[in-house]
Amino acid sequence: MDITWYLVLSAFIFAIGAAGVISRRNPLVVLLCLELMLNAGNLALVAFSRMHGSEAGQVFALIVMVIAACEVVVGLGIIVAMYRNRLPIDIDEMSELRG
Amino acid sequence: MSATSYGWLVLAFPLAGMLIIALGWRVLPGRLPGWIGTAAIFLSFLASIGALVDLQDHPEDERQLVDRAWTYAASADFSADVAILVDPLSVFMCLVVSGVSFLIHLYSVAYMSGDRGYARYFAYLNFFVFSMLLLVLAANFVILIIGWAFVGAASYLLISYWYRRETAVRAGIKAFVINVIGDVALVVAAFLILDKIPSLDFLTVFEGAGAAFGQNDGMLVAACVLILVGAFAKSAQLPLHTWLPDAMEGPTPVSALIHAATMVTAGVYLIARMHPLFELAPTAADVGAIVGCATLVFAGTVAVVVTDLKRVIAYSTISQIGYMVMGASIAAYGAGLFHLMTHAFFKALLFMGAGSVIGAMAGIQDMDRMGGFRRAMPFTFVTFTIGALALAGFPLTAGFFSKDEIIAFAINRGDLYAVLAIFGYIGAFLTAFYAFRMVFRVFLGEAVPEARELEGGHLAHGDPVNPMTGEPEDTDVGFPGPEHHVAEQAWPMKAAMGPLALLAIVGGVVAIPGVSDILEKFLEPTFEDSRFHDTAPTTGAEVWGLVVGGLISILGIGLAWWVYVRKPGTAARARERFAWLHRFLVNKWYFDELYDAMFVRPVATIGGFSKRVIETEFVQGTIVGGATGVVRVGSTFARAIQTGYLRAYALLLLLGVAALTLYFLLNSS
Amino acid sequence: MWFEQVLFFVAGIGALGGALGVVLLQNPFYSVLSLVGHLLGLAVLFLLLNAEFLAAAQVVVYAGAVMVLYLFVVAYIGGADVPLRPESGGVAMFGPLFAGAIAVELCIAFIASGLQALDTQGADIARPENADQFGTPGAIGELLLTDFLLPFEAASFLLLVAAVGAVVLARRRRGLEDAPVSTGPTRPRDEPPPAETLEVRV
Repeated sequence: MDITWYLVLSAFIFAIGAAGVISRRNPLVVLLCLELMLNAGNLALVAFSRMHGSEAGQVFALIVMVIAACEVVVGLGIIVAMYRNRLPIDIDEMSELRG
Repeated sequence: MSATSYGWLVLAFPLAGMLIIALGWRVLPGRLPGWIGTAAIFLSFLASIGALVDLQDHPEDERQLVDRAWTYAASADFSADVAILVDPLSVFMCLVVSGVSFLIHLYSVAYMSGDRGYARYFAYLNFFVFSMLLLVLAANFVILIIGWAFVGAASYLLISYWYRRETAVRAGIKAFVINVIGDVALVVAAFLILDKIPSLDFLTVFEGAGAAFGQNDGMLVAACVLILVGAFAKSAQLPLHTWLPDAMEGPTPVSALIHAATMVTAGVYLIARMHPLFELAPTAADVGAIVGCATLVFAGTVAVVVTDLKRVIAYSTISQIGYMVMGASIAAYGAGLFHLMTHAFFKALLFMGAGSVIGAMAGIQDMDRMGGFRRAMPFTFVTFTIGALALAGFPLTAGFFSKDEIIAFAINRGDLYAVLAIFGYIGAFLTAFYAFRMVFRVFLGEAVPEARELEGGHLAHGDPVNPMTGEPEDTDVGFPGPEHHVAEQAWPMKAAMGPLALLAIVGGVVAIPGVSDILEKFLEPTFEDSRFHDTAPTTGAEVWGLVVGGLISILGIGLAWWVYVRKPGTAARARERFAWLHRFLVNKWYFDELYDAMFVRPVATIGGFSKRVIETEFVQGTIVGGATGVVRVGSTFARAIQTGYLRAYALLLLLGVAALTLYFLLNSS
Repeated sequence: MWFEQVLFFVAGIGALGGALGVVLLQNPFYSVLSLVGHLLGLAVLFLLLNAEFLAAAQVVVYAGAVMVLYLFVVAYIGGADVPLRPESGGVAMFGPLFAGAIAVELCIAFIASGLQALDTQGADIARPENADQFGTPGAIGELLLTDFLLPFEAASFLLLVAAVGAVVLARRRRGLEDAPVSTGPTRPRDEPPPAETLEVRV
């Protein structure tokens, strides 16, 4: 397949993930959608790496995966802390930055 | 030393006194500021004598000396210098001003002691004397106007001396505003003269006036009328007289100095100095004479009914200056200035006596509450009576010779002036009456409690109140001090009043018709260019005038004795029968109400309108409020973005990315 | 070669379907499972792009470890039935709109790009010296330890920090469980203050 197909697919996945981040209220699902966007980026990276014939893109994608894992861990920690303090698990309630 | 050097010294001493007191008041203990001020004026008086002596050494036609210090302002073909003119007229004024000021300073050393603002008082007083001397020694219009303005400022400072007293502050503002009218008139007059004669030096202007202006030239008449307006404002003549009675809010020595002996005579000096111009514009001179005459009658009628002791003397001042203005306007310069001198003596004396009585009354000034002080205050009684006799023109006092000489001159010139002379005699009758009204009401009759206390050797004390409104006060700075002084107990007051009493009796010797004409000859170098120089009345006519005047004054004193001593209820009964007249006079012919309606209220309305509409609504509301309102609305919009919703922020991020991508997409294609 | 294309489409549709499932499914549990499916589809796509090691890492680490962690947390918290259309409709309606706009822009960028290499299947990776070396674990490992050592070490440091941070965030605070609900974020902001302070004011 031409590289273009992979890139177009990655664009679609990215868009779906972005729409999900904004539409969903459950922070867990928001994090999942963030994962979607990251994965779309990974796909694009790997496609370009194949295009150039250099593995640098794959290494990049690997590091992105590591970062995604860290971010998931911290995000989940926050959600667990929210749950522990009996806060409603709802993004819209977290409006302390209001001003 | 030359006469002009003495002239500069005359100015320098009061200025130095003022600076020393004003800058060093914190370190000068007790009464020392008072003594410094008094010494400064005494030195100034000595310098005036020195100038006099030196001036007389000059030959007769060289007695108008000008000395320039530096150029004050210079432009195309005009220059004004800081220069003084030492001639008989200015030396005469210097002697009168510095001499009487010295005695009043001496009086104040005791009278004002105990007041918290003692040093400030003497600094102001010295400043005033400096300004007055600058005014009379000025050699050109510029310095004259500077001195004129300073004198107005000093008057304001001293009237509102007790600055926490609201009535005093308002009186000071009133005086200042009316004086400014005169200042403006004087400046415009100077412009009118400068228009035709390219110099403002007095001698140059006087010499060139005949050539530049014709007889009764419109512009010259206008300039002279404006000079008269300035003179009337400063000398409290109709219609600009309303400030002087209110100016009695100031301390009594201030009233004595500024509003009797010196400042208010500046107008008379001005007319006398400008006599070449007035003789070229007889219309203006007539205006001056008529206004002076009207004023003296008006003030006399009001003085007959007013009950505040100081205000009686104030109206008397207005009346007597009416005589002087009339005299100077009809070219009786010697007589007018002679009356200026004697008036300074006896009016200052009367005020000093009044101050002593007010001190005995613990600050009360209402004559209705006074009576029978003659046993408690013998010295004050005697000196006050001497002053009243001089004021009334009792035969052989100084006032007798001076006042009646003016009237004799008026009769001599005939026509209109003879009519004025009749009013002059009416005024003289009223003067004698109210002068002794004061004497009889205050010193004769039943002794009031304060008098009886004083006879026992103890000075009465009351709660400090505002003498006009009765409002309670305290004795801290800005209000009168806790001490009251009477002449019998304070030697500086006696030392000041004594010489004045003496002068009020013997001061007439300088101009007894037919016997001595020292004053006339002395002033001749200034006035010899007058057209009326040789129209002085003959000795016989003058003697007749004196006789008539003396009779009138005795009649007036007699009537006062009848009303107030012989038949004590007469005044009350007259007041009832002529209640409407009494009301009219007591309200000062309703001048204050008239000015209030004509000027004060419209200006206040405009001011209120400006404040309410223009300032508050327009400037603050629209312009300032509009600017802040726009910012506030904008910031409200901007603040709406800070919702705190994470999703909104995320949406904005997304939007930004989409926009950026679009931009790059468009650019690269 | 038709096999490759069929596989691409199958994996692609799987990935897309998984993505849609994540966004549209109500129950977060199902969303997680849907993401796992999506990751598997992505792993096949990586394989098609000769990224063997990455595909394996994706399956083992991402789908295997991270998603399992996710499942634990979802099980702990419990799924809530949250409607997809929330009250603040304005914000959420624009999300798909802008996301679609980005997708369209990117597609335009990719398809209409002048980059000719995009129309190929990629560079020639069958080099004589290291044929069949592209994307192998050995090649990746060599790069990680030579050219990309610094990012590698930084990433591992980041992992450490994230782990410690997560522990700190989620630990149980002693005694706080029994404290009364008085201050801080446990009280909704718009409630009036408790009665005790009102009495003090009076």
